[in-house]
Amino acid sequence: MAFLKVENITIRFGGLTAVDSVSFHVDQGEIVSLVGPNGAGKTTVFNMLTGVYQVTEGDMEFMGQKLLDKTPQEIVKLDISRTFQNLRLFPKLRVVENVLVGMHIHTHYNFFQGLFHTPAYRRQEAENIAKAVEILDSIGMGKHINDYAGSLPYGDQRKVEIARAMATDAKLLLLDEPAAGMNPAESETLLQFIRHLKSIGYTVLLIEHDMNVVMNVSDRIYVLDHGKLIAEGLPDEIANNQAVIDAYLGGEREKHAED
Amino acid sequence: MKNRFGSVRENGFLYVFEHFVDFFKWPLVAILGAALICTPNFGFMTPANTRIVIMIILYAMLGMGLNVLIGYTGQVSLGHAGFYGIGAYVCALAMTKLGWPFWPSLLAAGLFAALVGLLLGLPTLRLSGTYLSIVTLGFCEIVQMILKQWESVTNGNYGIRNIPKPYLFGLKLDMKNGGLFYLALALCILTGLACLAIRNSKSGRAFMAIRDDELAATMMGIRTSRYKILAFVISAFITGIGGGIYCVIANSYIEPTSFVFNTSILILSVVIVGGLGTVRGMVFGSALLWLFPQVFRFLNEWRFVIYGVLLVLMMQFRPQGALGWQSTLPFRMSRAARKRLKERGLDAFIPGQGREA
Ligand SMILES: Nc1ncnc2c1ncn2[C@@H]1O[C@H](COP(=O)(O)OP(=O)(O)OP(=O)(O)O)[C@@H](O)[C@H]1O
Ligand SMILES: [Mg+2]
Repeated sequence: MAFLKVENITIRFGGLTAVDSVSFHVDQGEIVSLVGPNGAGKTTVFNMLTGVYQVTEGDMEFMGQKLLDKTPQEIVKLDISRTFQNLRLFPKLRVVENVLVGMHIHTHYNFFQGLFHTPAYRRQEAENIAKAVEILDSIGMGKHINDYAGSLPYGDQRKVEIARAMATDAKLLLLDEPAAGMNPAESETLLQFIRHLKSIGYTVLLIEHDMNVVMNVSDRIYVLDHGKLIAEGLPDEIANNQAVIDAYLGGEREKHAED
Repeated sequence: MKNRFGSVRENGFLYVFEHFVDFFKWPLVAILGAALICTPNFGFMTPANTRIVIMIILYAMLGMGLNVLIGYTGQVSLGHAGFYGIGAYVCALAMTKLGWPFWPSLLAAGLFAALVGLLLGLPTLRLSGTYLSIVTLGFCEIVQMILKQWESVTNGNYGIRNIPKPYLFGLKLDMKNGGLFYLALALCILTGLACLAIRNSKSGRAFMAIRDDELAATMMGIRTSRYKILAFVISAFITGIGGGIYCVIANSYIEPTSFVFNTSILILSVVIVGGLGTVRGMVFGSALLWLFPQVFRFLNEWRFVIYGVLLVLMMQFRPQGALGWQSTLPFRMSRAARKRLKERGLDAFIPGQGREA
């Protein structure tokens, strides 16, 4: 049984078929990358997986559970969590509080216990704070726990997003361009961190434009173009795939034509 | 200068001020507490001034109630005078018509307002911004209409008279003995502490997550609808209790015109002027808005013009409100949390420890 199995998912926005009958799978413990030119439909796939968009056709299954028709809240409870391409932290909360929000579904005291700061509240909060700091430390953000998320540079905000996603206790992390806005040194560290994620048991589905990151970290790669899957395979195979090269060059040409 | 725990300027005024206050927290609380306890005996506490001081305390509390909704959860309401009026009438009616003592009447006021908050919160879930403002404004008008028209119960435009004074352990609380001052003060302090407790719990964080980014909050598994309704209910409860307090401090009678749109705006102004999302700001905002008209009484009608100009300037140049700063103090950790960090070898990140010289 595949860990994550996606079959022929399709979504249309008016006349545009943003994702067109795409199928792929991710096995447990793998790092799988989803690449493709701008507007290929990668982020849309994440939005379909996490219940933001209703899938028009197709089927999605995670650890034997159907994902179709589930709300985002139900999906995160099935242990899938994500980051966002265009940074969606809680800017007015501190870094550590952002991660604590990530633990929401595993925080088991109710409103009144929180109001009266009962022993159950104290125990759980202490445990959560320690865990949050631990996660932040592991991604190199330990010394920023007190900062307000909105005041951090982009690269650091991306790290906090990953930390927040990890805090949900997810087994599958969907990372949408985590290296965007990072300098080469930072993306090198990120590369190490994604490998570390794999070594501590996470499965990762990665969208990334930084080819250095993609080629170095992926077990397998899927290539999307204009909503369709045009190639899949090992990093070496993808690097030499003519359809992929054409798609990327075509994308570049279109972009220049627009400028 | 860079703090080990972030990019806070250690020589900034705010940093120095906050750390000073934090360091002398308990002595300051003691001094402030003593001053507040003595307040009714101060020379300036004439009956008129006592009333203003109590109104400042009451509106600080109303501000805290609205702040749960606007400041924490990011949902606007222009209808809080409605909850305020409901609280005042429920408390007054329970005392005069049912002959209940004050305390259960006060609780009933809060609970009834909370119930109405729940009923209003449910259908308005999908609304936000301007639409929510309009609906809550309509709610306030409906309450006003009911208070005026349902004469058999509310006595219409005449209002409710002869509202008895509250008793505590057989002691009558009135203006002269300072009892009403202490009543308002105690409930306001309790409300403030409750708000801070909520803010530092799972529910408060869920509120603020919804405010900052609703989609991201959803993705963290927060059932946003539930929490928006919870915020509505808490906010209405506090405001209803505020109404209950008002009915016993208001010269023994209340009438519908005390709970009109202008009252909503005054509560909203307290929150915005004081500082969205903060408890300290509510106290400051309320004091400012009640003292301003007193101090500038000699300006007659002109003071309202100045008042308006001040509000506009405020929104333009300090939209976070007078005291709406982001704290430069480190995140507060309980002793248990520090202990757990130590156990995991994360001592370096315990605020106040391992700090570079
Ligand atoms: N909610 C929406 N309504 C209409 N069109 C949409 C919507 N979401 C995405 N699209 C369209 O779907 C297409 C795919 O968008 P998507 O964001 O998935 O691309 P992407 O592969 O993530 O691109 P990028 O690399 O730029 O992030 C685009 O043409 C986009 O305009
Ligand atoms: Mg994208």
